Amino acid sequence: MNRSPDLRVTLGPLEMKNPVMTASGTFGYGCEFESLVDLNLLGGIVVKGLSLKPMAGNPVPRIAETPAGMLNAIGLANIGVNEFIEKKLPWLRGIDTSVIVNIYGHSTDEYEDLAKAFKGVEGVAALEVNISCPNVEMGGMVFGKDPALSARVTERVVKNTDKPVIVKLTPNVTDIGALARAVEESGADIISLINTLTGMAIDIERRRPKLANVSGGLSGPAIKPVALYQVWQAVNSVKIPVIGIGGIIDYRDALEFLIAGAKAVQVGTANFVNPRATMDIIEGLKGYCIEKGIDDINRIIGSLNI
Amino acid sequence: MLRVNEGIDPLLRRPFSICGTTDGEIALILYKIAGHGTEILSGKKAGEKLSVMGPLGQGFTLPGQNEKAVLVAGGIGIAPLYFLACALKDNQMEFMSGFDTSGNIISPEKIAGRSINISIATDDGSEGYSGMVTGLLDEYLDKNIYEKDSIIIYACGPSAMLKKVSSIAACREIPCQVSMEALMACGLGACQGCAVKVFPQNDLTLYRHVCKDGPVFPAHIIDWGAI
Ligand SMILES: Cc1cc2nc3c(=O)[nH]c(=O)nc-3n(C[C@H](O)[C@H](O)[C@H](O)COP(=O)(O)OP(=O)(O)OC[C@H]3O[C@@H](n4cnc5c(N)ncnc54)[C@H](O)[C@@H]3O)c2cc1C
Ligand SMILES: Cc1cc2nc3c(=O)[nH]c(=O)nc-3n(C[C@H](O)[C@H](O)[C@H](O)COP(=O)(O)O)c2cc1C
Ligand code: FES
Repeated sequence: MNRSPDLRVTLGPLEMKNPVMTASGTFGYGCEFESLVDLNLLGGIVVKGLSLKPMAGNPVPRIAETPAGMLNAIGLANIGVNEFIEKKLPWLRGIDTSVIVNIYGHSTDEYEDLAKAFKGVEGVAALEVNISCPNVEMGGMVFGKDPALSARVTERVVKNTDKPVIVKLTPNVTDIGALARAVEESGADIISLINTLTGMAIDIERRRPKLANVSGGLSGPAIKPVALYQVWQAVNSVKIPVIGIGGIIDYRDALEFLIAGAKAVQVGTANFVNPRATMDIIEGLKGYCIEKGIDDINRIIGSLNI
Repeated sequence: MLRVNEGIDPLLRRPFSICGTTDGEIALILYKIAGHGTEILSGKKAGEKLSVMGPLGQGFTLPGQNEKAVLVAGGIGIAPLYFLACALKDNQMEFMSGFDTSGNIISPEKIAGRSINISIATDDGSEGYSGMVTGLLDEYLDKNIYEKDSIIIYACGPSAMLKKVSSIAACREIPCQVSMEALMACGLGACQGCAVKVFPQNDLTLYRHVCKDGPVFPAHIIDWGAI
């Protein structure tokens, strides 16, 4: 069989032409990669996390390389929701892909306002809610570490939007299944995971942290096994579709997540190493299907034999 | 942005300046061994292929016809300044370069052809001016009479040096362009990792990105207090 396999996937209310998306914060607002990537080929583009007001971000250094990975403490620097809608979104509408907007707030009220800001706005296929943020009302406790708080954020967003809602989970918890279930019960349409794992690195010459922020989020190939296990646990805990993220560099990595049951994947740090990583992964998935005589990518999803 | 190795060790690309071109085609890269990535690079043999993404960002703005260019390099910072110098006439520029010691002097003309007169400063006094290149710059500006708008400083080197050059330029009210260094991941303005703090312009934007908005910036917009 040599026919081009069907790569389309359906994640609840969200339909995509293939299961490969870019991960938030690693692909800017899409335009940064325009000259290098045919954006029309991508299943989806998840833009940099947006807050109500523009944010300048953390002091530098903000990044540190680690074995097979990197730490970042960007501090969610972004242009803010209004400028995004005015200046970036019109251009993104011209691209034939699912544009997904990643949002984060410092309080449940802010999450609600962000959801409202996109109500009726065209060209946005879904909202992805980043709950790995400190809650200023609760002394900086990270929303996503507490199932009850995560549920509350999810509910507020779901109530105030006309778009499919993806909730993006943090891996820095003891029971990812419980968190996934809490979010599902509060109305999330889709779950995506994992966000970065908290870590740190030290400069031994100066005996100082390599990041000005002391700690940061670990990403890249180093986190893949952890990510894969958490994705598999999430898949087994909920009925809603799951998007797998973490350390995906090539199509083989993507396949691992799909076989574990993820309906789609997001590619993050790999975009820095190979800006065309997403395109290469899509081609690789096609090639794998052809080689194995599989006519529909959905036959691979969740096909893990134990 | 250069990938020193296929595979994931090291994972990220490394930023390098273009030091020269041959027949408008080959970009020569001058490098020093700073760590793991440049160590691997130094082991590459002639003819080996590496993945390069570029050129990226904003370079130096050339001086006006009647402007004298003063080029101030610190260590490996000589690489992009040599490339700039190649676009200038000999009598239009003054090139000075600082190194820690005579054994570490880099001579880019050995790689890229054009011979340019470069005044040397060494921290230990083993060759040329004894002391930092910023001392040499001060001395040059003291000795030479110039009109404020007929001279422009271009600098590349460690942040501490750039800070000093920038303050010399500010005191004497001379325009100055600096090429900044920063750790980088994407090189495309997407990850916001390579931020450099600038004076707020409309209360909001506090950072610029070395990879895309730079690496060359007008010295007066940088918030040197944060460096
Ligand atoms: C715009 C720009 C242009 C540059 N041009 C040149 C050039 O033409 N020739 C050249 O030899 N080098 C150049 N550099 C510096 C070069 O990128 C670093 O030396 C290199 O990335 C170090 O990699 P490594 O793996 O060897 O070091 P690592 O093992 O990663 O680190 C070793 C040491 O180098 C420092 N370092 C790491 N990355 C950078 C960086 N991006 N900038 C400054 N210091 C760094 C680290 O803080 C550490 O102290 C340039 C840097 C920038 C930002
Ligand atoms: C520089 C950088 C910035 C990021 N910014 C965001 C963000 O704004 N919002 C978010 O939900 N995740 C953000 N992430 C997390 C990624 O989307 C992704 O979940 C994580 O990096 C793991 O995937 P990877 O190993 O493929 O990079 C960021 C990651 C990196 C490396
Ligand atoms: S290196 Fe990513 S924004 Fe500059």
